[in-house]
Amino acid sequence: MYRYDEFDARFVRERVAQFRAQVARRLDGSLTEDEFKPLRLKNGVYLQLHAYMLRIAVPYGTLSSRQLRQLALIGEKFDRGYGHFTTRTNMQFNWPRLRDVPEILDLLADVEMHCIQTSGNCIRNVTADHFAGIAANEVEDPRPTAELVRQWSSLHPEFDYLPRKFKIAVTGDARDRAVVKAHDIGLRILRSKDGEVGYEVMVGGGLGRTPMIAKTIRDFLPKKDLLAYLEAILRVYNLEGRRDNKYKARVKILVHEIGAEEFARQVEEEFAKLDGPSIAADAQEVARIAAYFAPPAYETLPARSLAFEAAKNENRAFATWASVNLFPHRVPGYAAATISLKAIGEAPGDITSDQMRAVADLAERYSFDEMRITHAQNVVLPYVKKDDLFAVWEGLVAAGLATANAGLITDIIACPGLDFCSLATARSIPIAQALAHRFGDEKRQLDIGELNIKISGCINACGHHHVGHIGILGLEKSGQESYQITLGGDATETAAIGERLGPGLAADDVPDAIERIVNVYLARRTSGETFIEAVRRLGLEPFKTAFQEKTHAAA
Amino acid sequence: MPLLDRTGLRDDIWVRSEDGASGAEHVIVGFAYLDAALAGNGRGRKIGVAIANDVKASALEPYLEQVELISIAFPNYGDGRGFSIAKQLRALGFKGVLRAHGPLIADQFAYALDCGFDEIDLPDSVALRQPIEQWLAMAGTISHTYQRGYGAQNILDARRAARTTV
Ligand code: SF4
Repeated sequence: MYRYDEFDARFVRERVAQFRAQVARRLDGSLTEDEFKPLRLKNGVYLQLHAYMLRIAVPYGTLSSRQLRQLALIGEKFDRGYGHFTTRTNMQFNWPRLRDVPEILDLLADVEMHCIQTSGNCIRNVTADHFAGIAANEVEDPRPTAELVRQWSSLHPEFDYLPRKFKIAVTGDARDRAVVKAHDIGLRILRSKDGEVGYEVMVGGGLGRTPMIAKTIRDFLPKKDLLAYLEAILRVYNLEGRRDNKYKARVKILVHEIGAEEFARQVEEEFAKLDGPSIAADAQEVARIAAYFAPPAYETLPARSLAFEAAKNENRAFATWASVNLFPHRVPGYAAATISLKAIGEAPGDITSDQMRAVADLAERYSFDEMRITHAQNVVLPYVKKDDLFAVWEGLVAAGLATANAGLITDIIACPGLDFCSLATARSIPIAQALAHRFGDEKRQLDIGELNIKISGCINACGHHHVGHIGILGLEKSGQESYQITLGGDATETAAIGERLGPGLAADDVPDAIERIVNVYLARRTSGETFIEAVRRLGLEPFKTAFQEKTHAAA
Repeated sequence: MPLLDRTGLRDDIWVRSEDGASGAEHVIVGFAYLDAALAGNGRGRKIGVAIANDVKASALEPYLEQVELISIAFPNYGDGRGFSIAKQLRALGFKGVLRAHGPLIADQFAYALDCGFDEIDLPDSVALRQPIEQWLAMAGTISHTYQRGYGAQNILDARRAARTTV
């Protein structure tokens, strides 16, 4: 993974010193609260319902054991002994004090981490496919691109006061696991007919109040043109994006209002004026970054591990976990293991400091010291020898992290909601917990198979509910929490926004309603058909009917 | 309104006169009056122009050789359009003085300089809270940034230099 050189290290230290000075200038009145607000946000410091919240960047979700141990320490020293992974693969601490923040930033800088631009109207932490470097059909590891973009977008003099936040995601695979079409810019690495590697550039995706799927504005962008092209897109957005209404300020609205073609035309016009080579990182710099993401020192192993097969035969729980939580690795004899942070009854994405240390130890011992955080709020050990899987699983069992539900109905994405978030209109964590209890039976979950439920506690859609197979949006109606259910969303390369099934439900009625929807699937699926495939084949009607029986019964 | 640049506070030799009626030697006129001011400028006054931040840089292209100063309005510190306009004007070859006009904060000084501004024309309300020392200090807190083609020393070129000297 990427390591800081002297320049990166100095940059982050200087940023910490700058923030320390900004806090001091807020305290002595040089900065008004209004002036300070964007400065603290760009350093990841939010004011939440009960306290300050600190959001730490985990660029493209890649973490080392040393870094996770430092997060464990911070969680213990400055929070309540745990942290929370978000859908943007960041880590949030919900209880730090403002005056401790500079010290936390120093601790982060010690392990090559920061909070830069995890909030505010600027280019946010760049995300990427969590199976980068592992998936068999990948054209290229997306992380060197993501790292280049991370550096380029850090404290960009021109693009730090944009109309609104701006999110970029990168995938190197035609199979999209990074939800790139729900980002302001989605980049897909692909190979042209003549074998040249470049990018498909998609713009204007986003969830929130007005969900939109990104539109392709460039089918093929040569790699060397990336930074100049991004500069052109951001310049058009910075100049033309709406600033009169916060809810219409994202680039998706601009793309929607002037049309993707016109947007593309303006970008190309600006791009044509730029001197690409004077903006681009030179080939040696690109190679320098890429070298950090070279494959680890894999051993040559047989594809089939006898130890693994034997352990599965002997231990049913392990066999179940292995059948659900493993992802095939391109290198024979290895697997990528998903560590679910969705234990039944826990808050999705929460992890205690002790668990962080346990995971860090396992990664150090069995996965070349590396982890990936996923947008589904789980952790991946990317490079585990099949021979070692049983030992890893035993370690996870001991840490309470061996839940076998990756991709299943209880692997629920949920934002913090009204339990923490000052913008929330309803709770999301308790809904996730109730659903996990309802569907927690292992046999039943396995029978239902792949099904993504995503829950947001307000229209901002941090829980990605629009692209959940089943989406749940918590609103407030005359002082009561009211939950809207959508069906048919899709977060992959076939991205789609889910459609509403009917009127909102009270919190207590949500599990029954979801159960009815699931029962329609179970009754009508054909052999081997997944939930989302059945929804596509059957259409919304049968699900709507079952759902509305529920709302009528409740009324 | 205090005027400052990367060396400190400056005296302002320019006079703002929307319609150019002022008889001053250095006059900043509104964009709508620019043609008239230039046409009527028989006696070699220095002309500058003030623009709002929704004016396109390309609209100024015909005037870049004729005006000595362009003042770009920042209605508030959160509105970053002026940074892009400055960058575009420099890319179009404008060699005169670029002035940012409005309630920027000291924390944005480095960005303004990097995007091509020379000076900031600051309202008293901000200058009272953020004296010149803060502006000069904040301008230098980040010694190298990651973007090529912006004013500050950049890390990419520094890395390249380090490679070639090894
Ligand atoms: S979706 Fe709303 S409630 Fe949930 S984290 Fe985002 S802003 Fe907060």
